[in-house]
Amino acid sequence: MQIYLDHNATTPPAPGVVDAVCRVLRDTQGNPSSIHAPGQQARAVLDDARRRVATLIGARASDLVLTGSGTEADNLAIRGAVEALHTSGRRHLMTTAIEHEAVLATCGAMEARGWRVTRLPVDCSGIVTPAALAAALHENPDTGLVSVMHANNEVGTLQPIAELAALARTHGAWFHTDAVQTVGKVPVSVDALGVDMLSLSGHKFGGPKGTGALWVRRGIRLVAQQTGGKQERLRRAGTENVAGLAGLGVAAAYARATLQVHAPAVAARRDRLERTLLDGVPGAHVNGATESRVPNTTNISFDGVEAELLVIALDLEGIGVSTGSACSSGSLEPSHVLTAMGLSAARARTSLRFSLGADTTDADLDAVIGRIPALVDKLRRLNQTAAAVGGRR
Amino acid sequence: MTRVVVAMSGGVDSSVAAALMVEEGYDVVGLSMQLYDQRETEDGAPKFGSCCSIDDLYDAKRVAQHLGFPHYIVNFEREFKATVVDNFVREYSAGRTPIPCVHCNADLKFSTLAERAAGLDASVVATGHYARVVFNKDDRRYRLLRGVDPGKDQSYFLFTLTQDQLAHARFPVGHLNKIEVRAHAERLGLSVADKPDSHEICFVPDGNTARFVERHATQAPAPGEIVDTEGHVLGEHQGVHHFTVGQRKGLGLSMGSPLYVLKLEPVGERVVVGAREALGSHELTATGVNWISGTAPEGPTRVTARIRHRHHDAAARVVSTGDGTAHLRFDDPQVAITPGQAVVFYDAADAASVMGGGWIDSR
Repeated sequence: MQIYLDHNATTPPAPGVVDAVCRVLRDTQGNPSSIHAPGQQARAVLDDARRRVATLIGARASDLVLTGSGTEADNLAIRGAVEALHTSGRRHLMTTAIEHEAVLATCGAMEARGWRVTRLPVDCSGIVTPAALAAALHENPDTGLVSVMHANNEVGTLQPIAELAALARTHGAWFHTDAVQTVGKVPVSVDALGVDMLSLSGHKFGGPKGTGALWVRRGIRLVAQQTGGKQERLRRAGTENVAGLAGLGVAAAYARATLQVHAPAVAARRDRLERTLLDGVPGAHVNGATESRVPNTTNISFDGVEAELLVIALDLEGIGVSTGSACSSGSLEPSHVLTAMGLSAARARTSLRFSLGADTTDADLDAVIGRIPALVDKLRRLNQTAAAVGGRR
Repeated sequence: MTRVVVAMSGGVDSSVAAALMVEEGYDVVGLSMQLYDQRETEDGAPKFGSCCSIDDLYDAKRVAQHLGFPHYIVNFEREFKATVVDNFVREYSAGRTPIPCVHCNADLKFSTLAERAAGLDASVVATGHYARVVFNKDDRRYRLLRGVDPGKDQSYFLFTLTQDQLAHARFPVGHLNKIEVRAHAERLGLSVADKPDSHEICFVPDGNTARFVERHATQAPAPGEIVDTEGHVLGEHQGVHHFTVGQRKGLGLSMGSPLYVLKLEPVGERVVVGAREALGSHELTATGVNWISGTAPEGPTRVTARIRHRHHDAAARVVSTGDGTAHLRFDDPQVAITPGQAVVFYDAADAASVMGGGWIDSR
């Protein structure tokens, strides 16, 4: 039986999502841009989905750009803002050292276009302090855009977005937040956060992969990054993924209806897992703030254990966890998030991410809790033997 | 079911090795070593060559999916750098011509990877090498034998294996020739069936070792003089890492008769050149010698020895001189005995059996 504790990578579809996708794919065959009845049906499906997603984040439906992923939403926010600010004289972009690659790499690309980029540091708990942003804004009055993630994908730490966004506003800079890891997990309101743009991703909260959205505050005019059609109010050309987005709408409605119940239940299970592992395994430490965190995530270092090998050993026993961001994409650097928090590269390599979902059961956790201490012990002993052998070579 | 780890490069040999282990009924786990950051350098040039590229790793993954066993990519960047790349750069900088494949086998596949395998409850590591291991019941020792395909035999690259490592090693394609391996790949419908063979030093882009050394050395070897055996200066060179013993091309000299690199002297940065006849030598000293049986033979022993991978065995007499050293005297002079390469001894009485080997030190 498969036990899945990697919900920050992706989640199983929420109830009703698969049916909605299949039904729309089968029954709603029009193009939402068409004038005729089949087109209007597809348009109605899309509008419905848009409204549901908007409701989840306390936004107006017309301010949402539906996209193909959270990464696309981040790209549109940053690239679209940078191009829109071209004539403003502002040439500075601010982000943090712990963002997802979707933001970090895009900011890097803007650097190559002549923008200066500040990557704000985080403290040892993984939090960007308002003081750090205030100082950086003061030093760089030409800052046009600040992008700070709402919660980090590897450690789950929540950032003080409302305070940070307010600071950006007083300096006349736009504020974008990558909320891919919070939407559907904790209550998110664009007005309470006070941001100008917010990215979300469908498959992180029970929606289909290949769906996402960027919310853009009215009055902010981004430069579209895809051209060739009038879809999404000229902000994203291309025929919409109607069936997938219908699934996103269902997931959003489900999340909104269940969040108040699921979040504390998931948090209680996460806390039990964390506490039991810390108590039961010597040399285990939690990474990141434990007070200000999404309810489903814990990131734990096991001293002297190659986390990569622990992930494989657990997978061979049917337990899916992760070492952090799910990338065997070519880079071999230790987690940039953990090292930005001040952890050594060696400790970063011993860190495991557990991310739970509403479908995670106590029995799942018991199985994990039952296996990890012995596996950690075995891998540690091998490591010591290896170190001894290595010394001889 | 006994679990084995198969080291999968994404090539046809290790893919077939994995398939044969599956057919034998083992619980196979495929591991592919990611050896270096795949991203390119800032100037757009690849930092490394094509070995174990992302495409190869995904080839391995596809094979595993096709055959229905789990496969993982493991990060060996630090180990690869510490054991293979650093040694490669150091050896070239010291005027020797290294064989990284031996270190990749000895220090990665049959050391670090074997340790990882043990962590996954696999006591055996299988690879796609063309070599064989057999257990001799009489002396309770493992023997390392050549692969049966003389054109593909890779026993030369495995001379460092210890009895303990051999006890946990399997070479499922060692008793096959390449044509049979490709036939197995086709029979099994493996996507890698007609993938070309990889090159010998697979991590060096375009085979440009000198540029690789310069890119990775803390201090690249300095330019110096090309001299003849009497010390007369004939020309200049851009560093000893550009040369290997026996090399004729690329010296930039126009003399009446062809000249060959005889010797590289990193101290003083000299490249000594001379006539082809001067390349021949009867003797060599080996260091870091490993005897497959675990013990050095007593007194002089008749062997056939190979001084590079693509070389015909030559009859010789080897004497263990203690402290992991050995002295070898060939019956006939050998051309271009190259420091840094391995010398591997095969049993004169049993030509398939590796007795041991070491690193060629000086002539």
